[in-house]
Amino acid sequence: MAKEEALVINGLKKHFGHVKANDGIDLIVRAGTIHAIVGENGAGKSTLMKSLFGLHQPDSGEIYLWGEKVQFSSPLQALSHGIGMVHQHFMLVEALSVLENIILGAEPGKGILLSYKNSRKTVEEICKKYGLDLDLDAIVENVPVGIQQRLEIVKVLYRGARLIILDEPTAVLTPQEIDRMFEILREFKKDGCTVIFITHKLNEVMALADDVTVIRDGRTVGHWPISEVNEKILARQMVGRDVVLDLVKEDAQPAELVLQIQGLQTEQVNGDQKADGLSFNIRAGEILGIIGVAGNGQDALIEGILGLRKVEKGEILYLGEHINGVDTSHLRQKGVSCISADRLKTGLVREFNVRENAILGYHTGKEFVSNLLFQNKRIDHYANQIITEFQIKTPSLEAPITTLSGGNQQKLIIGRELHANPKLIIAVQPTRGVDIGAIEFIYQVLLECRRQNTAVLLVSNELEEVLSLSDRVAVLYQGRFMGCNTPDHLSKEEIGLMMAGVRPEGEGGSE
Amino acid sequence: MISFLTISIIQATVAIATPLYIGALGGLFNERVGVVNVGLDGIMLSGAFAAAITSYYTQSAWMGVLAALTVGAVLGLLHAAICIEFKADHVVSGVAINILASSLTVFLLQLLFNNKGQSPSAPKIGQISNLDSIPILGPILNNMSYLTIIGLVLILLSHFFLYRTKMGLRLRSVGENPYAAQSLGIPVRRYMYLSVIVGCALVGLAGAFLSIGMLNVFTKNMTAGRGYIALAAMICGRWTPLGSLGASIFFGYVLAWQMNAQGLAIPAQILEIIPYLTTIIVLAFVAKRARGPAHVGKIFAPSEH
Repeated sequence: MAKEEALVINGLKKHFGHVKANDGIDLIVRAGTIHAIVGENGAGKSTLMKSLFGLHQPDSGEIYLWGEKVQFSSPLQALSHGIGMVHQHFMLVEALSVLENIILGAEPGKGILLSYKNSRKTVEEICKKYGLDLDLDAIVENVPVGIQQRLEIVKVLYRGARLIILDEPTAVLTPQEIDRMFEILREFKKDGCTVIFITHKLNEVMALADDVTVIRDGRTVGHWPISEVNEKILARQMVGRDVVLDLVKEDAQPAELVLQIQGLQTEQVNGDQKADGLSFNIRAGEILGIIGVAGNGQDALIEGILGLRKVEKGEILYLGEHINGVDTSHLRQKGVSCISADRLKTGLVREFNVRENAILGYHTGKEFVSNLLFQNKRIDHYANQIITEFQIKTPSLEAPITTLSGGNQQKLIIGRELHANPKLIIAVQPTRGVDIGAIEFIYQVLLECRRQNTAVLLVSNELEEVLSLSDRVAVLYQGRFMGCNTPDHLSKEEIGLMMAGVRPEGEGGSE
Repeated sequence: MISFLTISIIQATVAIATPLYIGALGGLFNERVGVVNVGLDGIMLSGAFAAAITSYYTQSAWMGVLAALTVGAVLGLLHAAICIEFKADHVVSGVAINILASSLTVFLLQLLFNNKGQSPSAPKIGQISNLDSIPILGPILNNMSYLTIIGLVLILLSHFFLYRTKMGLRLRSVGENPYAAQSLGIPVRRYMYLSVIVGCALVGLAGAFLSIGMLNVFTKNMTAGRGYIALAAMICGRWTPLGSLGASIFFGYVLAWQMNAQGLAIPAQILEIIPYLTTIIVLAFVAKRARGPAHVGKIFAPSEH
């Protein structure tokens, strides 16, 4: 049984216009194993899975499922062949209940009628079998992301999938939730299911997988049993060169206070989590890392500081000056920069080209404008300077920003935000969705800022990132800090518990 | 004296509400699959026109109804093709349909009857009669158009369809998150096309009530914005059949009361404002909390997702 092959893919190709998303993928997945597929963002992992799931039609190549040659033209066929997929961006209907989401498309009931009673019974049995706790009547939009993931898994189980594909499943989970998820996946394996696990987190691959396949630039680079590789080998295969993720970090030289926040309480926007009494300081030359599961008040905190959200209570002092309610452009002029979490939403204007995006926010400055007109020569000079300095790969200054890869878009933002020599940088998820090469670069840049005596507020939900960069780490939960300490005084387990709202014993608040 | 509740006001309310709730129901089947349709008014007008002239030529009101449904469905197919196939902006397509309908109907009137204002009179849809003997309900039901009853049945059937059948659940999921629906093997585009076509056929039916249900002629631009009020009723009814019915009856009542109050000392022009003003006020208050299907008005483009 274990030797049998669940899935074989030969020479799969899929092009979108000129972009070769998949350019010769080979994959062999043994039945009853957990198989990891790793590769950088944009390597073609998701495209591959969409081809397999019938969401795309591959241009060429063969797919064999349990020895049978298949070519799915719709997800329905994939589902009926026992393939289940948990998508990276959840495929949930937020306005419907948990139960309705699970049964959607495969509803029990006679004829055209829908039987909620039978559905509930079947779903409850599945949840019980795997110990997955779900409130079936909750409306999905009110359900936390961790639970939404669980719902996605139950959805797959409900359809009786024997080959389960998970695309970047751990991005939204706390460390404890990740452990729990791994247990569930091992449980599936015991039941004879085959699991394909797509990720770029190599520690997860080492912890969970039996086999691993590495994909780079749309091609399979190689595949190995997990016993034959380690994180370093995999990283090199993914990027195509040696990767130095060991950061050189001197001891912090904290200087004057840059940002002082006392009892910050913001208003709530669209029912999100507000900041609910946050206090902290950041000094020049110091990185304060704030970690928390997404949706615990990160947005409120950042928008509060930047003057984008109303502050109801508390004080914000920047270089000793009250900045409550000071408008954002004024703050930017005074040296506050922000690398925002969602590149294409708040960091860049999707419809603009590289040049326009490069001056965004500084577009009224004397540097670029005289007599109400843009000084194109100076703008070009400046934009080219950023492009060289930050190694941004772009066809031209006129290229639409969306034609750049995520990593290059991010570097452009960082280049722009650092250009004005800020005294405070707010970096929110600075490495989300960028490749390892760019991550390495961004880390170096942030540490360089620290050396240059800039205060850095790093907000992230990547635990490793926060631990390796920060001088102090604060854990955010439901708009409050659960604890704050130096990274060497905090274990991952402690942080994980605090991220889930469990306060460590004998621990004071933040300073 | 201004009276608020008399038999005649109730009768008028029901009559006025009928095209509103049938139209709102049609709009709902558009928006529930994510297609915005501001062309409701134009489709209603086309339905009214088709019903009147078909009824006139065939001397059969039911043939008129059939024609209204068909014309509605054809315009629905057009709107669906523009929005789904060619991925154009839904509002632009709707506005184009409105302009097309209001000019084409006048053009055809001129061409067929040499009259820009109205069609010759045509047979009407039947009405309930001889119920005078039943107390209270009798006078209310008397003279009620069969289409009013059919409309109510359609509301109930739609409610059952949307909330009690498998297809209903799938249809609702399409307008909320078509990508999720697609990932579960639901033929999203087919649902979109069919629902828009059926919805628009219903809007055509609402038009038939205007020309050969309430009256027996088609007059130029006879919808007078009722398609928009139907859209408002759908929003106030939170995109549900029963809610749309309730909102339509409310708007119907305001219009009926207004007509009843004509001839009093108040200038007619001011009274005529009231229904539209009410619509705006109600929408302003209700629409804040009313939330439509999440994917409404957006383009469904699976390959780029």
